[in-house]
Amino acid sequence: MKSSIASQTFSHEEIRRYSRHLIMPEVGMAGQERLKEARVLLIGAGGLGSPLGLYLAAAGVGNLGLVDFDVVDESNLQRQVLYSTHDVGRSKLEAAKERLLGVNPHIDIRTYETRLASANALELFEDYDIIVDGTDNFPTRYLVNDACVLLGKPNVYGSIFRFDGQVTLFDARTGPCYRCLYPTPPPPGLVPSCAEGGVLGVLAGLVGTIQAIEAIKLIVGIGESLQGRLLLIDGLRMQFQELRLRKDPNCPVCGKKPSITQLIDYEEFCGLAPNKNTIRDQTWEITPFQLKERLNSGERIQLLDVREPQEWEICRIDGATLIPLGDLPSHLQKLDSTTPIVVYCKVGVRSGQAAKLLQAAGFSKTQNLIGGIDAWATEIDPTLPTY
Amino acid sequence: MPSTLLIPAPLRLYTGGHEKLTLSGETVGELLQKLATQFPLLRTHLFDERGEIRSFINVYLNQEDIRYLNRQQTLVEEGDQIRIVPSVAGG
Ligand SMILES: [Zn+2]
Repeated sequence: MKSSIASQTFSHEEIRRYSRHLIMPEVGMAGQERLKEARVLLIGAGGLGSPLGLYLAAAGVGNLGLVDFDVVDESNLQRQVLYSTHDVGRSKLEAAKERLLGVNPHIDIRTYETRLASANALELFEDYDIIVDGTDNFPTRYLVNDACVLLGKPNVYGSIFRFDGQVTLFDARTGPCYRCLYPTPPPPGLVPSCAEGGVLGVLAGLVGTIQAIEAIKLIVGIGESLQGRLLLIDGLRMQFQELRLRKDPNCPVCGKKPSITQLIDYEEFCGLAPNKNTIRDQTWEITPFQLKERLNSGERIQLLDVREPQEWEICRIDGATLIPLGDLPSHLQKLDSTTPIVVYCKVGVRSGQAAKLLQAAGFSKTQNLIGGIDAWATEIDPTLPTY
Repeated sequence: MPSTLLIPAPLRLYTGGHEKLTLSGETVGELLQKLATQFPLLRTHLFDERGEIRSFINVYLNQEDIRYLNRQQTLVEEGDQIRIVPSVAGG
């Protein structure tokens, strides 16, 4: 007669470690064993990947894979709680692995220091039961979705912006996928990124933690998942809303007659392929160096800053006027159409929209500062802080 | 009939910071058109060249996606909430 099943899977040390799980009827020894056997792949070891990694490791998920290729940057520390100040400049995955094994040495961690791409995604996902999407860009999100649909794997989805979050579970075998919700991505620049618009660090923690709960429920086989429901989180009002998600029978990847049956070029799909179809009109653009030269020569130029007031507080170019992009259409009378205008923002995306708008409104001598005030600070005026 | 339109954070840049607007109209499409007229920069974000709602924007009438109701012709009733939900990539 066997004395106990427990001792076959878990050491006494592990039983003490997981005791708060083991005494819950929803988890118990069987659930904890499932966690130990589970294979979860985290795409991105950033704002969402940090709480995900920490909690899934602590929970005893036995096989954790991490995909990322970044190094730790100072601007990550406000939300990426996997990393310490002394990790700045270090490979994220190297630092993450060390930290996660510190949290739980009883698990196996694999790191893939590579950019997830169509060429490697299927092979990488093959080894895992659950994929968790914690990336920060559209091409990778569509790639993760399509690879999950093609392989028939669940995709625990979360995304964040400022105080807002979206979370759900996609599994095309039994419900909707990401493309059922958003068939195609926005053209570049139309939706601001966290780098441009900001994000509350804690919000990443909240959304990543909800993703971790969904992954654990899926592994243990308990509760009601978020499948078919898009959870919208408004941290500023602390309101949680649920919207109904449906499987789209015409979905290009999981529908009845899919047009996408293999992975595609996601950079191109998201309009980010370099120099395709877009012959840049140089008369519309100006480099920081060119602007500096023209200002030095004494030319009269209207410098227009279209960022938000809080960004203006951080830094500005001398002599500029602030009209945030959203206010621009109703403030055109503040500008002179006979004097050249150079418009800038943080990196040149919003100011590109502003330049288009001004050109269309008859301000034909409008140019966009390439790279924005970031480039100006790096190339011309290092006394300005970058953010 | 007055209904409430909820503007998501990424699009508030184009509505002068407004998060919530009360507008009157018979259909969801009519309300969105009024919104785009009031905030011209928002128009290119909401509609494509053919006047269709862009595919990275979903519009919900209360809890339901209008693509599964009557799209822009979906009728609204007093007190309904119309929510614009854009795709967001941040992580
Ligand atoms: Zn689908």
